[in-house]
Amino acid sequence: MGKTLLKKVWDLHTVRPLSTGQTQLFIGLHLIHEVTTPQAFDMLRARGIGVAFPERTFGTTDHIIPTLDQTRPFQDTLAEAMLSALERNCAEYNIPLWNLDSENQGIVHVIGPELGLTQPGMTIACGDSHTSTHGALGAVAFGIGTSQVRDVLASQSLAFEPLKVRRIAVNGTLGNGVFAKDVILEIIHRLGVQGGVGHAYEYGGTAVDAMSIEERLTMCNMSIAGGARVGYVNPDQTTFDYLRGRRFAPQGDAFDRAVSWWRSIASDADADYDDVVEIAAAEIEPRVTWGINPGQSVGVSERIPATGDAGTNGAVAEALDFMGLVGGAPIMGTRIDVAFVGSCTNSRLSDLREAARIAKGRRVASHVKALVVPGSRAVLAAAEREGLDQVFREAGFEWRGAGCSRCLAMNPDRLEGNQLCASSSNRNFKGRQGSPTGRTLLMSPAMVAAAALAGEVVDVRDAL
Amino acid sequence: MSSREIDRIDGSALPLRGDNIDTDRIIPARFLKAITFEGLGDHVFEDDRAAMADHPFSNPAYRQARIILTNANFVSGSSREHAPQALNRWGIHACVGESFSEIFRGNSLAIGLPCVTMSAADMGPLMDLVERAPDTSLTLSLSDRTVTVDGQRISIAVDAAVRDAFLAGTWDATGLLLDDFEVVRGVASRVPYIRGF
Ligand code: SF4
Repeated sequence: MGKTLLKKVWDLHTVRPLSTGQTQLFIGLHLIHEVTTPQAFDMLRARGIGVAFPERTFGTTDHIIPTLDQTRPFQDTLAEAMLSALERNCAEYNIPLWNLDSENQGIVHVIGPELGLTQPGMTIACGDSHTSTHGALGAVAFGIGTSQVRDVLASQSLAFEPLKVRRIAVNGTLGNGVFAKDVILEIIHRLGVQGGVGHAYEYGGTAVDAMSIEERLTMCNMSIAGGARVGYVNPDQTTFDYLRGRRFAPQGDAFDRAVSWWRSIASDADADYDDVVEIAAAEIEPRVTWGINPGQSVGVSERIPATGDAGTNGAVAEALDFMGLVGGAPIMGTRIDVAFVGSCTNSRLSDLREAARIAKGRRVASHVKALVVPGSRAVLAAAEREGLDQVFREAGFEWRGAGCSRCLAMNPDRLEGNQLCASSSNRNFKGRQGSPTGRTLLMSPAMVAAAALAGEVVDVRDAL
Repeated sequence: MSSREIDRIDGSALPLRGDNIDTDRIIPARFLKAITFEGLGDHVFEDDRAAMADHPFSNPAYRQARIILTNANFVSGSSREHAPQALNRWGIHACVGESFSEIFRGNSLAIGLPCVTMSAADMGPLMDLVERAPDTSLTLSLSDRTVTVDGQRISIAVDAAVRDAFLAGTWDATGLLLDDFEVVRGVASRVPYIRGF
């Protein structure tokens, strides 16, 4: 029996088995941002411990920064204090920081791959649950809490319990207007929001093989929404082509040597999986969440479940009540107030292109406030070179600076009252987008753009 | 360096019904805007409490509770350690639930807050009991793998490694991870992407 990528990477990075039954794993790359780190650095100071491998940690700022006026000090004194703490900590411990004045600044899960920091076969940790994103390049990437950020800073390692591996094979061809976002929403819907607990999800099959790295990043990003700690795709030619020439990727001959090692750490053809799930790509349609967790989604042509329907992932009545939606009604035609294209799930160049393709030459509905927020300064610059900002502005979308923005309530971009937001982000929890009664419908960027124009949920396939 | 040994937790319990309760509900993101964990306890479930007058965290009968009783997939969502920190700072010393998300369990372990599971069949009646009589005293024993209430022992499950870490006082991993730092350096020197391929 062959081995999975997870097993190979795990073995390579094992420092030693611990008396607790856990494994001490070496962490190859540590990414930090302003929200989950100030307390970790304080804990280090309190214990008089230094940073073991400062050259393997990189910082950026994303969660709390305004996407409009970034003049320092920020108007929000708490946000200012958090960014200042990150600046101080990075300076004190010699950790590189891509701050607001850097062209490399952006959402941590967008810049890692973009800069070539994220590479196949690495172990990656970051104090953010969507760290699973980096698995799209064949890395094993974990979201961690603040005490674990402290542990990585102190020891460049973490204590983990072993993971099982579930292979999710998506075979066939996705229909026109169906995207990686729809595939992952379908997977979470089928397997449940806790279906992946204790597992790494390995995504494969002909549909995933055919995906670009940006599409794979979207899939791996939401692994955590299905309960899986880690999600990954085996590295292949698409991965190598993506990495070639990136700033932190190996250069020259080292790149070729790297490619042969990267090939060798992919799962073997006869690898031993704990579980295999098969999904037919052709059956997937554009999906929309109707509830308060990412498993509560339907195909756009379907009806919202009614209380008591089977297979609906949690309490339907509570979700319908919060969302103000009617069980049994079609999801299509649901009126929206806000549209958001952005977040580490869907804010890369290809996402903006798909949204712009829908928006081009059309107008956002007069009652809708629509926002496009690139995931990084590099995405922003590339989009402007193609004139995407013009397309969006002419259609009535606001074009903002790079950051997490309306994905969560830590910066000025937030919902008000019980506004309903068509969003390309990853979480539809109660209150997630800033207002305790604000409501979120998750969908692909193209679906968000189509909803913004129509002022209600529509089937993007009719707009193509 | 080792941390406090944790075995028995005694006290009354707070029943929090519902599956898939998420981190954004325990501690809404606006309270993460701080550079310390202090004061988080005051904002536990702030938005849920505002929306629901009889929320258990607002009920004075549960103010002394040390153990929280929950249903499935507690706490899903973000990796924010602020969630267990907020519960802990409010006064919770252990979580007993039907199931837990992994990140929450890991974060809780790192701050010395045990999360143990109990079957839904046992959880239902226990929640009913605590709702009828909030003063009821419970004893959670990690070494016995039981919750004792009114002389009755209910079995709980806890991952063996995690249980050992609490019992041995090694749940605060920093010391353990630094124990043999030369081995860490050894791994760093053999990993191809650090060696330069
Ligand atoms: S975009 Fe959203 S999910 Fe992604 S890192 Fe930022 S806040 Fe977290």
